[in-house]
Amino acid sequence: MTSTTPGGSATREAAEALTGVETTARSVEEAAAEPLTGITGAQSLVQSLEAVGVEVVFGIPGGAILPAYDPLFDSRVRHVLVRHEQGAGHAATGYAQATGRVGVCMATSGPGATNLVTPLADAYMDSVPMVAITGQVPSAAIGTDAFQEADIRGITMPITKHNFLVTDADEIPQRIAEAFHLAASGRPGPVLVDISKDALQATTDFTWPPRLDLPGYKPTTRPHGKQVREAAALIAAARRPVLYVGGGVIKAQASAELAELTELTGAPVVTTLMARGAFPDSHPQNLGMPGMHGNVTAVTALQKADLLVALGARFDDRVTGQLSSFAPEAKIVHADIDPAEIGKNRKADVPIVGDARETIAELVTALRAERDAGRTPDLSAWWAQLDQWRQKYPLGYDWPEDGALSPQYVIERLGAIAGPDAIYASGVGQHQMWAAQFIKYEKPGTWLNSGGLGTMGYAVPAAMGAKYGCPDTTVWAIDGDGCFQMTNQELATCAIEGIPVKVALINNGNLGMVRQWQTLFYKGRYSNTKLHPVDAEGRPTPVRIPDFVALAEALGCVGLRCESKDDVDAVIEKAMAINDAPVVIDFIVGADAQVWPMVAAGASNDDILAARDVRPVFGDDQV
Amino acid sequence: MSRHTLSVLVENKSGVLARVSALFSRRGFNIESLAVGPTENPDLSRMTIVADAESQPLEQITKQLNKLIEVIKIVELEAEAAVQRELLLVKVRAPMADRTQVLQTAELFRARVVDVNTDTVTLEATGTPDKLQALLAVLAPLGIKEMAQSGTVALGRGPRSMSGAGTLRPVERTA
Repeated sequence: MTSTTPGGSATREAAEALTGVETTARSVEEAAAEPLTGITGAQSLVQSLEAVGVEVVFGIPGGAILPAYDPLFDSRVRHVLVRHEQGAGHAATGYAQATGRVGVCMATSGPGATNLVTPLADAYMDSVPMVAITGQVPSAAIGTDAFQEADIRGITMPITKHNFLVTDADEIPQRIAEAFHLAASGRPGPVLVDISKDALQATTDFTWPPRLDLPGYKPTTRPHGKQVREAAALIAAARRPVLYVGGGVIKAQASAELAELTELTGAPVVTTLMARGAFPDSHPQNLGMPGMHGNVTAVTALQKADLLVALGARFDDRVTGQLSSFAPEAKIVHADIDPAEIGKNRKADVPIVGDARETIAELVTALRAERDAGRTPDLSAWWAQLDQWRQKYPLGYDWPEDGALSPQYVIERLGAIAGPDAIYASGVGQHQMWAAQFIKYEKPGTWLNSGGLGTMGYAVPAAMGAKYGCPDTTVWAIDGDGCFQMTNQELATCAIEGIPVKVALINNGNLGMVRQWQTLFYKGRYSNTKLHPVDAEGRPTPVRIPDFVALAEALGCVGLRCESKDDVDAVIEKAMAINDAPVVIDFIVGADAQVWPMVAAGASNDDILAARDVRPVFGDDQV
Repeated sequence: MSRHTLSVLVENKSGVLARVSALFSRRGFNIESLAVGPTENPDLSRMTIVADAESQPLEQITKQLNKLIEVIKIVELEAEAAVQRELLLVKVRAPMADRTQVLQTAELFRARVVDVNTDTVTLEATGTPDKLQALLAVLAPLGIKEMAQSGTVALGRGPRSMSGAGTLRPVERTA
């Protein structure tokens, strides 16, 4: 790969190929773009998007970006007209997370651009490769508080990997190429390109590929051999190791390497919220999800471990709980592509900077050498302990006492019926945690959620983007009624554009997770968490506002409702059979179901509660 | 106080200063002083940042700085291995009765008189922050009308430079 090789598709490999960053790229589609002279900046922009391999752009036009929409009309790049720019941003994220390609969204200046702020922040927190293109007021008007002017570059500086303001049409191909390279390589992230209207209208020439000028950007992808050998030595000597797997393993497409490492080490694996699907749930070495709502065994395995091998994970507060008491006896091997993550929250005994796939592959090689030298750890006592915890504290739930439908049951059945080939995109809250707990993920890229930012309203547009990128795959949005009311307008987009997503609406009439905290920590004072109208006695009135079935129908979807356990399978199967329109199932579930286990915010993971007032007893049976 | 002087080569592009200062603010890093100016290479600017690494370890500050796309290189300049200077302009009350004392103080500190009138004298002084503090302490009883002080600028001692052959060792990009 040399810097003169044109990148043909908006994949991580192609972006890397643009600058000859060393890569394990297997196929780079060659796209030798014809040079064009005397075209507009807008045409140059669309040519650039075609040359970099963009398949689809999610967006909404407006005054400042209008010049770009004219050549886009004739382009092979498809545009999906969303109903709100936030939807465009999350759709780009869902597309990127499901396909591994760079997601693209487009908006006009001012309010169009500021509506992208939430999805940009979301993509930044979850390291999603995304490029946002915004129109800006003409360069002569910048700084004058012109109509629909907002300093989107200034606004998005702290929530993008990088951003550009382009006021010279000649720069457009280079900036677009740089944006895609930055978004997809190293630690992925969102990049915003703000282009002034006069640059879009000016006359320019187009040549491709442009020279990339990023002298300060050199992500380290190849791990240091000595560090890898040290890590392997620690793994070979550990008696209670845990592989702590984060979202970086999915970003690096390292699941096959991880499976090899897991088999070789015999060590237990925990998959964080961002890493669900990186390693099959059906594998006996997968303990499941750690963290605030992780299962007792996964949380406790981290606490009692003598070695954590963190792979593409960042010791987030939702995983560690109280940092000072997290995994107190563990040595830390921390492998991440972002050096700033290493040592940020927890000191690493062996830091490894590199791409997760390369790192894990080299760890496998180094561990084979350890094994050949006769150093293989005996983990039988550790497994005996883990299996005892697994048996004693399995994930579970109780049926609501009032006979209402159990939300956990609904989600469990959905996972069983739609199966491990489907893609699940969730909103944020109780339903998100239940979907992470009770659906069995077998493949990377099948679980999409807003992990870092916790963006309510993520599910429907993300599912739309995922379904666009994977049209032959069943895509379910699992959403709460609170989340759904933030972004459900994108179902109109889905209906009109022919993107048949399915929505399982876990409707408990409340902001459920907040209500759970009010139950536990605010003496049951339910301040502003009821979404349903209530009568004088505080009971939900018979009127449903909104009536989600009617709302779904109004948005061009099939609307279904389910209120009893007996109907759950049938209604899911009915939705599975509809493939020519989006479907919404309004599952009316109990309001008092809670997410367990739980480590209270700021508490130590040692104080995990398996269920309300149920504290696991680990005894002193240290292995 | 854990004070560190960082010399940061950045691309000479608009918005870089905003990125760097916003990074310090958002990550809760304390910045003591920041000076930015051109370098021998027109494509690069040099920022000299004096940071207080009490609240956050220096390593985290430099790693986050290195993540900025427009940051080319960071070197920590140790006090003993670098020349560090600040510039001070100070306007001191200097009626005829006190004028000699002001001028003698200026001479002691190798400060120069850059403006004079019947009521005041303006002095220009360069030096380490400690020296300038000492000068100000002596001038204070005479009456400081106003003052302007630059951030620290610094260069490593010896023949090596941050760019070009025999370069100074950058703060590690990797962990």
